[in-house]
Amino acid sequence: MSSNQTLSRRAFLAASGALVVTLTGPESAHPAQNGAATRPPLAGDQLSSYLSIEPDGTVIAYYGKIDGGQGLGTSIAQMVAEEIDVPLEKVRVVMGDSGLTLDMGGASAAIGVSHGGMVLRRTAAQARQLLIELAAQALGRPADELTVTDGVVHATGSSTRGISYGELIGGRYFEQKVKWNGKTSNALGVETTVPLKMPGRFKVIGQSPRRRDLPGKVFATLELVNDLRLPGMLHARMIRPQIAGAVPVAVDESSIANIPDARAVWIKDLLAVVAEKEWNAVKAARALQVSWSQSTPNFPGSDGLHAHIRNAPVVKRFIQRENGSVEEGFAQAARIIEGEYEFPTQSHASTGPACAVADVRDDAATIWTSSQKPYDAAACVAELTGLQREKVRAIWMFGTGSYGRNDQGDATADAAVLSKHLRVPVRVQYMRHEGIAWDPKGTASVSRNRAGIDASGKVIAYESIGKAFSRLDVSTREGRAADVLAGHLLGFPLKPDQSFEIPVASYTFDHGRLGWETVPPLMERASPLRTTHLRDPYGPPILFGSESFIDEMAAATNTDPVAFRLQYLKNPRDRDAVKTAAEHYGWDKRSSPRKGRGDEIAIGRGIAFRRHFDTFIALIAEVRVHRATGRIEVARYVCAHDVGLIVNPETLRHVIDRQLVYGTSRAMLEEVRFDHEKVTSVDWVTYPVLHMKAVPERIDIVLIDRPEAAPSGAAEMALGLCPAAIGNAVFDATGVRLRRVPFTPERVKAALERV
Amino acid sequence: MRIELDVNGKAQVIEVDDPDMPLLYALRDDLQLNNPRFGCGLGQCGACTVHVDGRAVRSCMTPVAAAGGAQITTLAGLGTPERPHPLQTAWIEEQVNQCAYCINRWIMTAAELLAHNPRPSEAEIKEALDPLICRCGTHGAALRAVKRAAQSA
Repeated sequence: MSSNQTLSRRAFLAASGALVVTLTGPESAHPAQNGAATRPPLAGDQLSSYLSIEPDGTVIAYYGKIDGGQGLGTSIAQMVAEEIDVPLEKVRVVMGDSGLTLDMGGASAAIGVSHGGMVLRRTAAQARQLLIELAAQALGRPADELTVTDGVVHATGSSTRGISYGELIGGRYFEQKVKWNGKTSNALGVETTVPLKMPGRFKVIGQSPRRRDLPGKVFATLELVNDLRLPGMLHARMIRPQIAGAVPVAVDESSIANIPDARAVWIKDLLAVVAEKEWNAVKAARALQVSWSQSTPNFPGSDGLHAHIRNAPVVKRFIQRENGSVEEGFAQAARIIEGEYEFPTQSHASTGPACAVADVRDDAATIWTSSQKPYDAAACVAELTGLQREKVRAIWMFGTGSYGRNDQGDATADAAVLSKHLRVPVRVQYMRHEGIAWDPKGTASVSRNRAGIDASGKVIAYESIGKAFSRLDVSTREGRAADVLAGHLLGFPLKPDQSFEIPVASYTFDHGRLGWETVPPLMERASPLRTTHLRDPYGPPILFGSESFIDEMAAATNTDPVAFRLQYLKNPRDRDAVKTAAEHYGWDKRSSPRKGRGDEIAIGRGIAFRRHFDTFIALIAEVRVHRATGRIEVARYVCAHDVGLIVNPETLRHVIDRQLVYGTSRAMLEEVRFDHEKVTSVDWVTYPVLHMKAVPERIDIVLIDRPEAAPSGAAEMALGLCPAAIGNAVFDATGVRLRRVPFTPERVKAALERV
Repeated sequence: MRIELDVNGKAQVIEVDDPDMPLLYALRDDLQLNNPRFGCGLGQCGACTVHVDGRAVRSCMTPVAAAGGAQITTLAGLGTPERPHPLQTAWIEEQVNQCAYCINRWIMTAAELLAHNPRPSEAEIKEALDPLICRCGTHGAALRAVKRAAQSA
């Protein structure tokens, strides 16, 4: 702080009547001397790494996650404002800048509120306590006689003669430790002995202030990463092979000689073109003549994919949950039913193909990225460029929605490799075909289910095993060279992880087994079908199988699907979600399928339930099935949603509403098509997604508020129920069980005709 | 080659070496406008939508030479926080967007619709907006916002 500012602060204190206090109080309590003049280095145990106060009393919250477009930044501001006791507009949230914010893991697993938000809430509570103690010294009164109103500490019961946060420490930085758990990324945690506000005292949490990011988006004043322009920056386009696995063996630079400033950059197996003007880079990418190596991927083709998965050797089998003795249970059963379900490969297919900017120098680098994981992107860039991790600064910016680990980490790595090579800042923007054909994919799977039913109609044994490609050929954290295409093309060895998942709910059968098996990837290196997390990575593939099969059990025992779930769900919050959805929908108790199914347009209802972390969701779909065409229309959704404490109800409703539309798209339309040598889904014609006319006609969202419960996540949990809820509704309408996503008209029509 | 463009009411002159360069790159690269955006380059999604003489066009498919002399309006030129277009007001009222990468396509397409049909039916709105892509699932909210803007106009 400059001496001028110090002087003006003192003048302000004199003018405000606080001068008497500062003269009579102990010298160390002089407000202008509170805190450090410069911000201490970022460290998990430093309060200054989480919060600081500006001279005007604005609270800056340093949030090591990001807002992928769901309004998280506003909710985080609410949590901080509530706990530190300032008006919402006095909180500014800085997100995802490794130079300013701790690594809290970026966007991940929809835990932005439950983890990162709660970390900031706890530190805000501690900061409020500290500010009261500073004020106690300044005001010469015991701390327990003081309280805070709108960022001014004053005597309880009297709003006069207070002292503001800005006066206490504004422009300087907290010098206090916090009790940090020593961990980083998603696991970063902070404890405080200062009690958090009880729900009854909330003024900001539970309100629905409007999203702060929207005016800048609506009036086109908010700068996205795509809009960043650096002096001397070159535009790059990557060159991908026609046949997967092929690498360049000869590049004819003369083929782009007539395009101004364009040139090819060829490093090992990585090939790109760059130009000063973006259009010239696009033209050069189209014109560049390349000879490629022979490659024979021998992909099974998307039509043969599920047969391939069934027959493929198992790399890892993991029984994640088991109770009783499943073999004994099936031996005791009077009858056994079985059901298999197939889920396709799906793409993130972001609205904008990935874009990133990198400026790599000899001794340090900066990357600008809209990756969900900016800290990990920086670690990956460090490995690729040979720089030390702390020499790479990642600055997250708004960009296209990513829906999981999309192609933005790949683009960031490409930009960094090119910038290091060319020694200038480089902006990479992928083309449409890269955004669909070359992003890391959500895995395809086969869900095998069986149930043993005793003579009384009770389900006594249940087994659900998902067989799939691992969901982690490349890490969702994209923190290693092995996790990005550039790393593969530069020869970094792969480090795949074997993982799938099981459905989570409190269904209790006497004998149960839930597990998964993984199969080898179709191509190891630089594969367009490499897998990673697609939004709700545990959801759609797994729940399509398990929640459709729960419905099969209900039908096999002539039980109403809601009643069946309530019969076997034990956890009260599980049960409440199911009951709430059914009541709101006006569910009449009967078994599926409904009677009188001969109509040309058949109408049915279906329910699906899940628990994900501490979020409990029941989704009811009502559909119309056009028998002649196989077309399904979603007439209505009812979603009962229990996320624990609700920070911003309207934003939560929007998050659920939008993701149910997205989830419907994945259930009805989305499938990455590929032949024996390449992905053939390359644009919006070959990778169809939901359009306006097919949007669910009515979406009712019923929020179950539990202010006493910790907040959980909401950003992706509801969408995973769409395939099973729709499929169960189609069964109710027609008596035909859909066993393969997506529910395209051709596929539905064929299923109807098989009966 | 010199091309004169009238963008958001301001006369601009750019020098291009390729008259076939799409208008999108003239707006983004030469004039440094942050909207429209690249979405597909194929005319399939609408992220690049601008108005050319009042018609919503895909700037990724429109040669810059063909836009010479025309009046071009981008989202930023449609309205400002002080003087918002009714659709921009409605978009905020309905809190439509998530990432908003695709926002140009929705508002510019809807603005063309309302200019020619101030009281569209729901079916007409759906018809007009059906070709547009949004991966965040804001379709229903966008529909509500267009209805709101039509009622307020």
